[in-house]
Amino acid sequence: MKLVKENAEKYLLQMYQIRAFEEQAEKSYMAGKIHGTMHLSIGQEASAVGSISTLEPTDYIIGHHRGHGLCISKGADLNLMMAEFYGKENGYCRGRGGSMHIADVKGGNLGANGVVGGGIPLAVGVGIGLKMQKENRVLLAFFGDGAASTGAFHESMILAVLYQVPVVFICENNQYAMSFSASDWTTSKKIAAHGVIYGMAESCSTDGNDLLEVQSAVEAAVKRAREGGGPSLIVNDTYRWRGHSKSDRNRYRTAEEIEEWKKKDPILKFRNYCLSKKILTEKEADEIKEKGYADIEAARVFAESSPDPKVETLEEGVYAP
Amino acid sequence: MREITYLEAIREAMTQEMERDSRVFLIGEDIGEYGGAFQVTYGMLEKFGPERILDTPITELALTGAATGAALIGMRPIAEIMFMDFTTLASEQLVNQAAKLRFMFGGQSTVPMVLRTPAGSGTGAAEHHSQSFENWFVHVPGLKVVMPTTPYDVKGLLISSIRDDNPIVFIEHKLLYKTKGEVPEGLYEIPLGKADIKRAGKDLSIIATGIMVQKSLQAAEELIKEGLDIEVVDPRTLRPLDTETIVNSVKKTGKVLIVHEAVKTGGFGGELAGVIAESEAFGYLEAPIIRLAGREVPIPYNRELEKASVPQVEDIIEKARELATLKV
Repeated sequence: MKLVKENAEKYLLQMYQIRAFEEQAEKSYMAGKIHGTMHLSIGQEASAVGSISTLEPTDYIIGHHRGHGLCISKGADLNLMMAEFYGKENGYCRGRGGSMHIADVKGGNLGANGVVGGGIPLAVGVGIGLKMQKENRVLLAFFGDGAASTGAFHESMILAVLYQVPVVFICENNQYAMSFSASDWTTSKKIAAHGVIYGMAESCSTDGNDLLEVQSAVEAAVKRAREGGGPSLIVNDTYRWRGHSKSDRNRYRTAEEIEEWKKKDPILKFRNYCLSKKILTEKEADEIKEKGYADIEAARVFAESSPDPKVETLEEGVYAP
Repeated sequence: MREITYLEAIREAMTQEMERDSRVFLIGEDIGEYGGAFQVTYGMLEKFGPERILDTPITELALTGAATGAALIGMRPIAEIMFMDFTTLASEQLVNQAAKLRFMFGGQSTVPMVLRTPAGSGTGAAEHHSQSFENWFVHVPGLKVVMPTTPYDVKGLLISSIRDDNPIVFIEHKLLYKTKGEVPEGLYEIPLGKADIKRAGKDLSIIATGIMVQKSLQAAEELIKEGLDIEVVDPRTLRPLDTETIVNSVKKTGKVLIVHEAVKTGGFGGELAGVIAESEAFGYLEAPIIRLAGREVPIPYNRELEKASVPQVEDIIEKARELATLKV
């Protein structure tokens, strides 16, 4: 799709919100305000925003454990997201799920997943349901390079093609499954090649730090899925700047490597594109950045002033009535 | 009333529910033309077509996840896992996903799905096709576990399970498939979490699950000849458990024998014994709570060894006689 100003503003704002959310998450954690762990997606913002920008509001996504950016891209309420990260009662999941399980079912976000590859079989089922419901909706199913080695991934590819589900499988290849390097065996091309072997309508890799390239590939796949053309597999090559989680000492990669990737900052890349094409001015881009960070600051204040769940409510919600 | 088999009752429940509710569909291995490994779904492909009878390649994990995902957006899938032994392959999606999605999303979603699977030994199918894993799933909050033992119960419980908004592990027993009994032709529900007294008696309560209900009833018919009047209680649903009916039975008889096919250590009998010991029935006990269950071995192939590894009617008779004379 042609990049119009309104969309450029929206994408840039979402990417800054993601960056700001992750930085705030880290700060809150370091300040001892967060009970659990978290998985930050700093450096992967273009993959999330570029992919999800191709959807209608009634479409679905299903995510992975590094999913804050996916939530924001799908239009999550930042206050409810931050409250969930803080484990508060008014968070998206009433403080029961936390960082790794944020879902906004009404908003079409079927949730992040704590098991690597765990969301992929669910995606096949959502696709089967969407096909039966005949409402012309599609699903984007996100997972990482680590998930591409699981049995769940391989079994699911087979079923997805067999039933021709309206799903676009998106592998966010951030180069490392915890410490295990994707270059050791599952390079981007190899992951995408699985799609060819299994008979996906389309399998390709993108520069996952280039929002417009991601958008273009996913847009075509979404259109095909919506028109009954079956599932696709897209690998967005990107990089996570931070460690796997808070336990990571970065022993498996060099500081130089991280610095190299920081030069390919997806936000700067998109911002510079908008400036060079005169879609946005420097001042406008700065204002968008400011708004993104201000939105997250407001979400922090909301979360910190929110109530904790009451212990008496512990057993609520295990079963549907 | 007309009589049909346990297997036919399952097929009838699914067929009638699929006719009633377009959200219900089947997914599983060889459930189409083949009719399922035990012929439970035979003929359903012709009736409903491949859009609603989803035959899968061998993908226990993905098909279980697919059922879960479809349920998450309002469909009502019934997944078949060909043998309960293969739920080991499916359990990531069942235990980590289906059981927890509702709770971990703070109640935003429901997962109305049924996972049907045949369990148990007695067919010479050996170590990988004979196991009884019900207690693994009983241990998971978020799942319901149903173990029907008669044609009447299996139809009513399956209909209730399909209509329930939670993920349900529905455990059938291979040796029950061909048993016959009276089953109404129309749709009816048997509530989940409601036990059934299969035989009323005053001297001793047998609480049995799965095929052991039928074996206990046979044992009771022998024992009444000796003047021993046995009550046989069938929990029908293991989670949620109808503790009230069980406790009342024990209070009435003062003696309790628990019988199940699964291995004794870590089995559901321990849970039943615990529930009784914690309850007001404790004060009514006239003898220790006794468990009779599967031996501590994998199920072997040889006919006599296989038979010896799970309780038989004679074993139940013997244990009940022993217990009748036991005192605290």
